[in-house]
Order: sequence, then C-alpha cells, then structure tokens
Amino acid sequence: MSDNKSSELENVEPTPGSAKLDPILKIDNVVRSFGGLRAVDIDHLEVQRGIITAFIGPNGAGKTTLFNLITGFDKPDSGQWTFHQLAQAESWTTDLSGLRPHQIANKGMVRTFQLTKSLAKMTVIDNMLLGAAEQKGESLRNALLPSRWRQQEKTILEKAEGLLERFKLSHMRDEYAATLSGGQRKLLEMARALMSEPKLILLDEPMAGVNPVLVESLLVHIENLRDEGVSVLFIEHDMDAIMGISDWIVVLAEGQVIAEGTPSDVSKNPAVIDAYLGSAIAEELKDV
Amino acid sequence: MLMNLFAEIDVSKLFGLALRTSIGVQAATFALAAVGLNLHYGYTGLLNFGVVAFMAAGAYGMAIFFTQGWLGGSILLAIASGLAFAVIIALSIGLPSLRLRADYLALTTIAIAEVLRISFRSQRLLDLTGGPFGLPSIEDRNANVSFADVITVDWNPIGKGNYGAWFLEFDEKTLWVMIIGWSLVSLASLLIWGLMRSPWGRVIKAIREDEDAARALGKNVFSYKLQSLIIGGVIASLAGIVRAFDMGFVETQQFRPQTTFFIWTVLILGGAASIWGPIIGSMTFWFVIIFSEELLRQMVDSGWIPEAILQSNDIASVRMILMGIMLATLMIWRPQGLVGKKEEAQIDVR
Repeated sequence: MSDNKSSELENVEPTPGSAKLDPILKIDNVVRSFGGLRAVDIDHLEVQRGIITAFIGPNGAGKTTLFNLITGFDKPDSGQWTFHQLAQAESWTTDLSGLRPHQIANKGMVRTFQLTKSLAKMTVIDNMLLGAAEQKGESLRNALLPSRWRQQEKTILEKAEGLLERFKLSHMRDEYAATLSGGQRKLLEMARALMSEPKLILLDEPMAGVNPVLVESLLVHIENLRDEGVSVLFIEHDMDAIMGISDWIVVLAEGQVIAEGTPSDVSKNPAVIDAYLGSAIAEELKDV
Repeated sequence: MLMNLFAEIDVSKLFGLALRTSIGVQAATFALAAVGLNLHYGYTGLLNFGVVAFMAAGAYGMAIFFTQGWLGGSILLAIASGLAFAVIIALSIGLPSLRLRADYLALTTIAIAEVLRISFRSQRLLDLTGGPFGLPSIEDRNANVSFADVITVDWNPIGKGNYGAWFLEFDEKTLWVMIIGWSLVSLASLLIWGLMRSPWGRVIKAIREDEDAARALGKNVFSYKLQSLIIGGVIASLAGIVRAFDMGFVETQQFRPQTTFFIWTVLILGGAASIWGPIIGSMTFWFVIIFSEELLRQMVDSGWIPEAILQSNDIASVRMILMGIMLATLMIWRPQGLVGKKEEAQIDVR
C-alpha cells in the first residue's frame, strides 16, 4: 500500500458506515427485499478512493446483490448512491441511483461477474476491443464509414494488445474465448473491463475456480491496478487472498454492514469472529 | 423396374425447372427476407417469428399508398411508405418487448404478424386494403391495371420478348423483376457485411451471446437491438415489395405464418450469421422443393409410384415432408448450415 493511502486510512474509524477522507462511492439507505427477506439493507457505506476494498461475508450476506444494485443490474426498493469521479469536486459527483447498467459503466464504474461472461464465440482480441469506451464506429451513423473509426480502432487495438501482454494472454489473441481455461477467462474479463479505463472496478469473486498459480498472478494484477490509481472493490471468499491484498475490509451479514476496518482490525473484531468467521478461521487469522 | 424409371424420367425438365426456380424472383425475395432475418437472429440473436409481418407491411404499405393515390400516387413515395410502415412495425414490436427476455420478443412477433394479416383482411378496412380480395381492386385487376405497372412496364429497360434458352427462358417483365430482386439481395448483403465488420457489428455479436456482458461494458443493449430490428425489418419489407411487383397484386394469403417458417428454413439451411447463408439457403431451398416436386410428379404420372401410395394432388405436401427430413439431417451432420462457420456452431455457450 502506498504510504499516503495508508495514512488516509489511519484516521478512519473502523466502525460500520464510517466516513472516509476521500470516498469514490457513497451508498445511502439502499434496501432490496426478496419477499420477506431483506437481502440488502445498508444505512450508509463509503468506499475510499485509490485502495483495494474487499466485501466479505457468509453466503447469502447480500454481497453480490449489493454489486448488482449499485451497477444497475438490479433495482433497489429504495435508497441512493453517488459516484465521485474526482476527489473533493462536487461537480464530478454523479447520482447513480436509477441509471441503467450501461450508463453506470460509462461513468467509470465497471464490473465483472461471478460466473465469467467472456464472450465465447468471439476471439480474445474482439472481446478486448469490445471493452473500449466511446468507439465512434459503434454508432450506426459511422459504422459504414471506416474512415471515421479506423484510426481510433488502431489506438484501441494497441491498448488491447498491451493489456493482453500484461495479463499473459497474448498467445491466445486470435483464439475463440471458448478455448480459454476458467482462470484465463477471469483474466480476460478483468483485462476487458480495464479497456474503458474505469475509475472504480468491481470484481465479483475474481479468484473463484482459478488454480493457485493463476491466483498469485491475479493478486499481483489487482495490486498493480491500485498502484496505477484505479480503485478496486471486490467480493471474495479466499481468506488468504483477502487478508493479503485488501487495504480495507467491509463485512456483510444478512444484508447489513456489521463491521469494517483494516485487515487487522477486522480479524480482531469479536463481532466478526463470532457472527461470521467462526473459531476455526479465527485461528487461521492469528497467523496472518 | 429401375430401368423403367430412368426411361420415364425427363432429367432435363427435372433439373431445368428446379434451376429456373432457384434463380427466380421467389428465390430472390426469400433470400432478401432471410438477409433481414439473418441480422435479427443470426447476428443479434433476436427470435423473430414474424418475418412475414415486415414483408406484409412493406407490400401493403406500398400498395395502399399507391392505389389511394396519396401525394400524387408516386411509386417511389409508395415504396418509401412501405419501408416506413416496416419501421413502425419494428418499433411497435421492439419498444414493448426488447427489454424483456428473448421469448417475449418471439411471442410478440408472431402476434403482430397475425394481427396485421387479419386486420388487412377485415371488412372494416375493405376500402383501404381490399379486404380478402387484396389490392388492386377486382375492377382494376380485370382491366389489367396494377401498382406494379410503373416498375415492370413503364420503367422496364428490357425490350419486349423472351430471353435465355431451355428452361431458363424468361420474359422481359420477369427478367427485370429478377434483376431488381437479386440486386437488392446483393446490396442488402453488402450492407450487412459492412455493418458486421464495423465496431457496431462487434457490439451486435456480443449482444447475441451475452446481453449482460455488453451492458457491463457500457453498451446500450436496448438501443442496439432496436436498431437491428429496424434494419432487418426494412430489408424484409423490401422482399415483400419485390414479391408484390412480381405478382402484380397483394393478398393476405401471401402473408400466412408458414412464409415466416420457410424463411427460417432458408436461413438455417444456408447458415445463420454468414453473409452467403441466406443466398445459398434460398437457392437450395427452391431447388430442392421444385426438384422433389417434379420428380414425384413424373414418378406418379409414369405409374412408377402407384396411385394407392401417392396421388398427384398430394405431392405438394410430400415435398414439404422431404424438405423437413433434409433439414433435420442437416442439423445432425452440419448444424452450421451449408456455408455457416463451423467453429461458432460448435461452441456451446451455456
């Protein structure tokens, strides 16, 4: 973690809903019920800019539902959330509540999915090119006039190839995405999301179903993202991974934030250990 | 017995008739409609079971505008109004159903196609659509006057007479409409080719596979699907218009649901999501239909197939059974169709 970021977190109270010095996302009173079950019920939550924040919690805690809500893939019963593209600049604050998924993505908040959505019948490079934002040739007006988009396409292609290189997928460039392994698909999905240069990237279980070797490289990629200034929000079950790379952890249970703090705060928090982690995992955490 | 059969069969006529139909106006109109459906289903993944609605919209839109003499009754404006009608149909199908799951679109398209056909046929619209008699009116038809005259007679650059030889001999009117039909097929195919190699086409293909993935990457899926529905619908409506010019009249009988399924057969046969698929599909479809029909007819007429098994007026149904068997066999051995991409058909997405 870069020093200035850790100092920013030092002054943050490790209590649910605590105010951050420089939040990129603020969530207020977001409620989503399925029948009688309150799947998500968040009073207030802020996500700090420029760090890696993890959402953890037992199955059914509402992590993915919350992801779906704030990215527009599901509609909350009530509540609102705002996105802050630039630090301390009110004019760069956007109310995201009520926006559709593509609008939210275009604001600079891009997500990936728990079950990877790599487009199997498209080549790896086409998957990447699709991720680019504001490609002029994607509008029907320009589609039939290659002169209007060819130059831009070249730039995008270079960027895509750079990212493929970085994610070690270059050798698969022209293969159908269907031929990739599960782990490679996760990498592709992450690389593709980066094509639009998001401010905040939301990763839903990026390590699930990935072999241990690839997990290592995924973790490095996520840390690199943060070091380049992208804020990362991710859901994960792999405790080693979470404790290893997270700067801040938000613990959800039954739809509510029950605790948040740095990895050491959270691992010491008796409420978390009792309510969620259980004694076996608590033992594990002592070693971390 | 076998010797007997070969002696009875007129091979020249068999191939001649089949070939004639496979390059004829009907094949061109089916190919054109299939090009439109290919954009819907092949590339965008939209289940349009109402292709015929767009054809009917084009044909009736054109015919009504012309026979009513609106705005001076110009045939070009009439054609434009046929295309505009197709856009309205696309919007009325797409706006309510494209946000919903794929199956709702399929249901809506079938419904709109039937609503359109039955409305055109209704007594209430007799003055506008000619009801069950169609357009032009009976009097005009008896006097040999049609909306098609301007295109097929006045604007026909080909001198009177018959052209070609053997079974491929066409009069100037048929030849002219064939040229128009196949030219439109080429132009439409070129348009789709151009669109699909652009970034626009890339988004369309992504939507076919996973709408949520496209959404998550910031693409307005609803808008793209609507654009696809409109463009494909307008192309299909051109098919309806060309057919109306060929026949010289429009009638609701031409727009029954089975036409939709023939066009689906054409597309699947040729290969969805390929540029040549609709063209190869339509030519093959008509070749096989006419070939099997003619073969059966000659076999029945020569007594090789006893009347107890098949009579000549049942042949039309039997050829469809043969077509169905052929399609089923093709799906087993060649699911991508005759010219489709093998790799894409083999990738199981879910």
